[in-house]
Amino acid sequence: MGRYVVRRLLQMIPVFVGATLLIFLMVNVMGDPIAGLCGERRCDPATAAQLRHEFGLDRPVWQQYATYMGNVFTGDFGTAFNGQRVTELMATAFPVTIRLTVVAILFEIVVGIVLGVVTGLRRGRPVDTTVLLLTLVVISVPTFVTGLLLQLLLGVTWGWIRPSVSPQAAFGELIVPGLVLASVSLAYVTRLTRTSIAENKRSDYVRTAVAKGLPRHRVITRHLLRNSLIPVVTFIGTDIGALMGGAIVTERIFNIHGVGYQLYQGILRQNTQTVVGFVTVLVLVFLIANLLVDLLYAVLDPRIRYA
Amino acid sequence: MRGARHALWAACAAAAVLPAAGCGGGGSGAGGPEVFSASWGDPQNPLEPANTNEVQGGKVLDMLFRGLMRYNPRTGAAENMLAQRIETSDSQNFTVTVKDGWTFSNGEPVTARSFVDAWNYGADLKNNQKNAYFFGYIEGYDRVHPETGTPTAHTLSGLKVTGPRTFTVRLNQKFSTFPDTLGYAAFAPLPRAFFDDHAAWVKRPVGNGPYLIKSYTRGFMMSLRKWNRYPGQDKAQNNGVDLQVYTDSNTAYTDLLAGNLDLVDDVPAPQLKFIRTDLDGRYINAPAGIIQTLAFPYYDPSWNKPGTAKVRTGLSMAINRDQITDTIFQKTRTPATDWTSPVLGTEGGFQDGLCGDACRYDPVRARKLVREGGGLPGGQVRITYNADSGSHKEWVDAVCNSINNALGNDKACVGNPVGTFADFRNQIGRRRMPGPFRAGWQMDYPLIQNFLQPLYYTNASSNDGAWSNKDFDKLVDRANAESDRAAAVKLFQQAEGVVRDNMAAIPLWYQNGSAGYSPRLSHVALNPFSVPVYNEIKVG
Repeated sequence: MGRYVVRRLLQMIPVFVGATLLIFLMVNVMGDPIAGLCGERRCDPATAAQLRHEFGLDRPVWQQYATYMGNVFTGDFGTAFNGQRVTELMATAFPVTIRLTVVAILFEIVVGIVLGVVTGLRRGRPVDTTVLLLTLVVISVPTFVTGLLLQLLLGVTWGWIRPSVSPQAAFGELIVPGLVLASVSLAYVTRLTRTSIAENKRSDYVRTAVAKGLPRHRVITRHLLRNSLIPVVTFIGTDIGALMGGAIVTERIFNIHGVGYQLYQGILRQNTQTVVGFVTVLVLVFLIANLLVDLLYAVLDPRIRYA
Repeated sequence: MRGARHALWAACAAAAVLPAAGCGGGGSGAGGPEVFSASWGDPQNPLEPANTNEVQGGKVLDMLFRGLMRYNPRTGAAENMLAQRIETSDSQNFTVTVKDGWTFSNGEPVTARSFVDAWNYGADLKNNQKNAYFFGYIEGYDRVHPETGTPTAHTLSGLKVTGPRTFTVRLNQKFSTFPDTLGYAAFAPLPRAFFDDHAAWVKRPVGNGPYLIKSYTRGFMMSLRKWNRYPGQDKAQNNGVDLQVYTDSNTAYTDLLAGNLDLVDDVPAPQLKFIRTDLDGRYINAPAGIIQTLAFPYYDPSWNKPGTAKVRTGLSMAINRDQITDTIFQKTRTPATDWTSPVLGTEGGFQDGLCGDACRYDPVRARKLVREGGGLPGGQVRITYNADSGSHKEWVDAVCNSINNALGNDKACVGNPVGTFADFRNQIGRRRMPGPFRAGWQMDYPLIQNFLQPLYYTNASSNDGAWSNKDFDKLVDRANAESDRAAAVKLFQQAEGVVRDNMAAIPLWYQNGSAGYSPRLSHVALNPFSVPVYNEIKVG
């Protein structure tokens, strides 16, 4: 087990370096960011040259990358163009996005799995067909449509919620944005669980458990669900990273100032420091979430052993 | 709305259980009586006066600072604010006397030194101030801010403090309307705190304007409150403003409709269609000092040979400005008929109809002129624009459609989008424009000089197309040296005539500022810079 974890951690290093290098180059290819700082006019050459020097943009790309990575390992993510430290931006953005992701994941787990179990157990019944149809609708409608529609209906027409989230972004305010963010994944979780449950329902160990006279809820939770959850856990685990990085649309609609907002702003202003910094952290989140998922397999299914 | 309150309470109650809970902050009644909320964008640069060159930071500076002059929010005329008088006998040496009794909100008096120190700071290359070129007319600028190399001085030799409240300014050229430029934010005075503890000041700026900052969370919100001991005449008529950062102006507008926000000053184009019914008339659409033009790359020989003026005029006549401003912009743009802006007023140099037939839609003559001029260079024009903001794609496509229809050629004009504004500016800076490109100009100060010199003077800071014309330059020089205001304006207008005769850039439309507000507010107005006049707004 320990050796497995170490091996996985070592494998992360090339992935991490490759991903950050790629992002670094991509932002770099977009051109000189200083030109965008002076509005609709040419930056005066002396100031532009000095800014370029201060941000290290006058050096070759590989040197910029090396310096940047060197600084990252000492915890220095550089400075954004508006003079704020990137670590400062992260400290405000990540808690918000993590809260949003937690809300979304909770929706996926609670609503998604419950619906999946219900439909899986009652395959072919009206409830199954209805939920299937609903998930199909949710999957086919893009997030920004669901987001804007819910915002307009709940926020303006019926006045149940505030259309935008306040700077504090408390959990209570994040329920609707979280639901919007989770909606598509939620539908997938439902379908995955349903299929898995329906398949395992006919397996030998379930029949045995029923034959032993175990109560129904015990058969479902201990035997059926636990074995059926492996694909679902894989999906949710990889979804954590996707939700955190992919919240750009949702965060924009509900004016949430999280990671998506900072990334969007960073890309518009071609702010290498912000974009690479945030993406680096997201890459780490992704890698760790994947590792945790793999380790969770062993917990769910004792047959899986890591050496 | 009763329902909304209940739900909000429920949400707040639910949130209160959690550690990070924070409720309130809603539009109505939040933050104390007579305080209202307004939409805002995250300023691009730190909030230093000489480093703020975009409208979001400008909004705050307008509330926090008062300079020597101030532009009348209605007429745009420069009026004395902190200046008791600014005297000159030769249009080159100015003596400034600062009014007595003004202080910063931390109690420090505003003196001649407050100005001179601030200007020296703004001009100094080592401070990276993006508006440094505003001090370029002051003598000694070339030593403080050399084009290349390191500065040899850190103070402008043209600035001298001659008394507690007087200082002299010596310019490096005659510039009769120089005092009128002093209303720009870059010329604001700065307290000692700015220099002594710069980091703390930037976190929470202190100025001498009608408001002071109560709290500032960067990237989220700024709470400004009325400064009760403000000595000026234009005291705040409300108790404060909460500026809230919105990433998307659509969300801000939705918040306004839901009653969570009181003032939105950038109404997104798709909402304009319904805004009158949505807001029941609480909507302003007022001219602003912004003109959109199509500039040309004169560094490309194919646009810089004789006859191309005819092609440009032909292209201008092929654009149906009325239709585009009506359908795409819902009349928040006005078809342009000269190269300045209506906010200048006739006295300031605006000439309605100067462009004449050349700016009127006439497909038949357009086709004829383009043919006479030798046809489109390369057989096609590609209009370059940045696709990341505004509704640039929509109007460029519409302009191209109009040109294609007029010239009877489906391939006469195509749009050439560039991903980001930074990259767009970058390509312009490197002189890589393959044809006409979007050129927007927002005035810094309401003077006809500001619409002409920076854009068309040889090697001027915003002369992106590198247009150069000796007659134009001569007229501008003469106008700047002219001490009589009316005569100076006349000369600038003659210079504008040169721009017209060569069709140096195609004027498209004047841009309006738009704003919507909640029923709680009254006396809402936009100044000629399309910024709401916050201090005049009344709540309740």
